[in-house]
Order: sequence, then structure tokens, then C-alpha cells
Amino acid sequence: MFRFLINRLMLLVPVFIGVTVVAFGFIRVLPGDPVEVLAGERGVSAEKRVEILANLGLDKPIWQQYFSYLSDVLHGDLGVSVKTNRPVVEEFFELFPATAELAICAIIFAIIIGVPAGIIAALKRGSKIDQGIMGISLVGYSMPIFWWGLLLIILFSNTLNLTPVSGRLSFLFDVDPVTGFMLIDTLLSDEKGSFLNALHHLVLPTVVLGTIPLAVIARQTRSAMLEVLNEDYVRTARAKGLSTFRVVTIHALRNAMITVVTVIGLMVAILLAGAILTETIFGWPGIGKWIIFSIFARDYYAVQGGLLLIALTIMTVNLIVDLLYGFINPRILHKKDKS
Amino acid sequence: MNLSAVSSKSTLNQQLKEFWFYFSVSKTAVAGLVFLVLVVFVALFADVISPHEPAEQYRQFAKLPPAWKEGGQMQFFLGTDYAGRDMLSRIIHGSRLSLLAGAIVVVLSLSVGVFLGLVAGYRGGWLETIIMRVMDTIMAVPGLLLALVMVAILGPGLLNAMVAIAITYTPYFVRLTRASTLSELNRDYVTASKMTGASSTRLMFVSILPNCMAPVIVQGTLSFSTAILDTAALGFLGMGAQAPTPEWGTLIAENRDLILNAPWTVTFPGIAILLAVLAINLVGDGLRDALDPKLKRS
Repeated sequence: MFRFLINRLMLLVPVFIGVTVVAFGFIRVLPGDPVEVLAGERGVSAEKRVEILANLGLDKPIWQQYFSYLSDVLHGDLGVSVKTNRPVVEEFFELFPATAELAICAIIFAIIIGVPAGIIAALKRGSKIDQGIMGISLVGYSMPIFWWGLLLIILFSNTLNLTPVSGRLSFLFDVDPVTGFMLIDTLLSDEKGSFLNALHHLVLPTVVLGTIPLAVIARQTRSAMLEVLNEDYVRTARAKGLSTFRVVTIHALRNAMITVVTVIGLMVAILLAGAILTETIFGWPGIGKWIIFSIFARDYYAVQGGLLLIALTIMTVNLIVDLLYGFINPRILHKKDKS
Repeated sequence: MNLSAVSSKSTLNQQLKEFWFYFSVSKTAVAGLVFLVLVVFVALFADVISPHEPAEQYRQFAKLPPAWKEGGQMQFFLGTDYAGRDMLSRIIHGSRLSLLAGAIVVVLSLSVGVFLGLVAGYRGGWLETIIMRVMDTIMAVPGLLLALVMVAILGPGLLNAMVAIAITYTPYFVRLTRASTLSELNRDYVTASKMTGASSTRLMFVSILPNCMAPVIVQGTLSFSTAILDTAALGFLGMGAQAPTPEWGTLIAENRDLILNAPWTVTFPGIAILLAVLAINLVGDGLRDALDPKLKRS
């Protein structure tokens, strides 16, 4: 297990270097002269210009600039946001729980509905139920989620008046941020009704962000189950007289889960990309909305830092999924360790 | 008479026939194909089909509901937007941009990706390492975010959006092509071709490439649908096609404030995106089942 972990970590090093090069290069290739941008409309004299360049370290050769950037990154310094004058890292981690909460709820929503739907479709292969489930999931898979969000707002918020349109919590409540996860914070606080209010705010964004993962999980669970159900050991289990329920849940599902866990790992990138759209539509104060705002505000240090931190988040989650994968399917570990 | 030309033509015919046999098994795939052909037709003849000019503002008919609703008019079948522009005409013209954008993204990412994948798989060594690590890096960032950042550098616009999206799709083609190249490389027919003195270029593009194409075609179809979605998403975020260009995502963005009092201006462009993407995905699924020998129904 330990060697497996080290192997995986070694594979991440070149990707990490690649991402830092991209984030570093992003600021360099932007149109416009950095000194002019800093100086504003009044312009700058030639001597002052040299001074500013030296202050920013921009007078050094490009590779030296990269290494000083890399050293800053490794020390956790990702620069300061131009708009708020606060360290980018600080801003990111303040907003991160909001996105994490939304993404976790979305993936749970997708799993709770997607896995059973996929199993049912596989068990009833070729039937009307199977066709129905697969048809709906193909629609979900093809959904432009920014439009889906607006549609749900029209229906549930405006027509039926069931859910709020934006934000995480009504302004009527004053809840201390303890964990940053609104559902937990409202439970901890003594504000009556705040938990339900937070839940109401969370429903639509969760459904919107979870739609594509739900469709993918249902499809993958179905095909994984179909493959497993044809295996000899499932037939043996059936021949022993075990109930269908037991065969499915104990024997088949565990092996089918290997595929599903892989898919869920791949979902992280989709969830974070989807969060950009979902958070924009629902005014959800998370990373996605922040990065869009930063792009429009030309707050390039925030964009650079955000890019790097999002990539790191995805790499970390994928690492965890890889380890989990080895845990569910011990055969993988042995193969990797021998080679 | 050139015998080999004749025989290769007849095997191609046979292959196409076999392909259609497997493809037409799935009725939904055929339905998707029919609808897709229809959308392409509409896009090609948008000027003739659309009842109005997409940019023409009929100010006296602003925010008119669809024809079947109270107050709607037959001449504006799907209603009008805040400036009195005909929604149906704008959606019809939008099909042109969305399909074209999707197609260009796929052609760009597929050709660059297949070329790099072929080179990486065939040459190996440091060139392969560099290509694959660069692709890993691109894949480490969510596609939409990377595209957004690139558009921030290049400046908003449909063309830049297409280039940015194409870059984020390239790694998938590189990986697929490299994997198939590696598995084909040691086959007998490649060795035979090598022994007869075929050049590297010939080996790569004439011997190996055609045998790698099946998964690439499937991936290409699926990328076509996601490219339309991503182009629309960038347009919606204000980083793709700029208003008043009638691109589908941009249409939704420019009417977003109207979702309360003129919901049809948001609903119909979305339905257009959904149906087009759905049709392409149906075709993609059909292609995968028809081309992938592992999944072929026996």
C-alpha cells in the first residue's frame, strides 16, 4: 500500500510542475505591459519603470522568475488579489467550503439516484423500464446545465414559490461560520429554522450540478452490472439458491462498484467545471463564482492562484480515489507492487 | 485496369454496408441521425428558412409570447425578445454557429490530437514523454476553466472560444491514438510493411492510422456534442460569441433577465441546444456499438 502511494505521488510531480508552468505562463502572455497596468493612466518615467521592474523581479531572466514563483508557491504564497488586497490563498480557502459543500451534495445526490437506477436498468435489461432509465439519463447527459438551472428557477422559484433564487442562507439568519459548511454551521447554531433555510437554498444547485454526474453514474453502473451479472461466480451464487437481492447487493455490486468509483473520481473535474456555471446562476458564493468574477475584473493573480489550487484539488481527490480503488479491488495493488 | 483500386473500393463498400447493418440495429441512433441531418439542413439553408432577419428589431412587437399563447402572433411563431427580434429566426441562425463551432473544435482537436498521439506512440522516447506530460497537464485543469482562462488571454469571441475549447479536448485524442498505435505497432502487417521498405511517414499514416480510427471517430462524435455545450456555456458566461450574435448560449445570456416576464426567450434556445446535443449523443452511442467489436452483439 505504501509503495503504491509513493508510486502515485511520483506520477503527480510532472503534472504539478506542468500546472505551475501554465499558471506562471498565464500572467506572462497576457496582453499589455505589467508596469503600465500598475501605473495606470498617468504613465511612468523611464527610471521609475526600471525600478518597478526590479521590484517585481521582472528584470531577471525568465527561468529565474519561474523558480522564484515556484519557491513562492511551495511556501504557500500565491500573491495578493488586486481587487481585495488579500492573499489569494486566504480568499480561496474562505470560499472553498461553499463549493465543496455543493459538490459533495451533488455527488451524493447523483450516487443515491444513479446507482440504484443503473442496477434496476441492468436487471431489467431491454424492458421498458431499462429504456426509460437510459433515455432519461441520456437527456441528463446532454443537458446544458446553465439552462437547466434557469428552467428550474422559473419553475420552482417563480411559479411554485418553493425555493429561493440565490445565495446560501436568508439574510434573516445570523450564523457563525464554524466549518464553512452551511448545513453543519446552521445545525450548530441556535437560530431556529436556519438549517431548513440552508437546505432550501441548497436543493436546486445540488440538482443542477448533480444532473450530469447522475446520468453518467447511471449509465456506467448499468454497463458494469451487465458485465458482472454474466460472470460465473454470480451464476454460482444464484445456483446456490441465494435470493436475487443478496446476489445483487453482496456478490455483484461489490465488483461493479470498482467501475463506479473510477467514474466518481473522474467526476471531480466535471463537478468543479459545473460549479462555475451553477454558482454563477444561483449566486452561490464559492470558488466558481469567484474565479469568473476575477476573470472579468482582470484580477490576474486571483485567476492564476485559483487555477493552480483547483488543479491541486483535483489531483488530491484523484489520488484519494486511486487509493480507495486499491482498497476495493486488492488485485490492483498486487499488480502494481510486483511491477 | 488497376485491380487493387477496384478491390479496395469494393471492400470499402462492404465495410460501409456492414457498418450500416450494425448501426441501424439501434432505432434511436437512426432517429438521432435523422434529426441531426435535419438540423444540418436548417443550418445550411438558414437564410431561406428563417421567417425574419435574425437582427431585425420589430420594436412594436417586443416580448411577444409564442403563437399558441394568448397575445401571440403566427408571424413570430416562438415569440420575440426584448427588442422585438424573432426568436425562431435567431435560433435557426444560431444553429449555424453552434454546429460550425462544434465541427471546428472537433476537427482542430482531432487532427492535432491524432497527429501527436501517432508521433508519441510511434517514436517513443523523450518526444513521447514530453507530449504525454503536456497532455497530463492540460487534463489536470477542468476543461471549461482552462478554456475560460485562455479566452481571458486571447480576448472574448467565438473564434477564440473555439480554439480554447479545442485545446482542452486534444489530450483525449492523443491518449486514444497513442494507445491504439502502441497496440498496432507490433502487429505482423506493420512488420511486413516495414520489411518492404516503407518509410516512417508511410508506416504511421498509411499502415497504422486507419486501424486506430474506430475509437477516435467515436470520441470525435462525443466531443462534437460536448463542444456545442461548452461553446454555449462560454457564450452564456459572456466569454464566447458576443451579443447580438445569435449563438445559442449567447441568446440565453442576453435574455436571462427576462426569465420572469418572457420565459420563452430563455426556454427555446435551451431546447435547441438540448435536442441537438441529444441527437449527436444518440448517433455517438450508435457509432460506438457499431464500431466497437468488443460490444458487438453476437
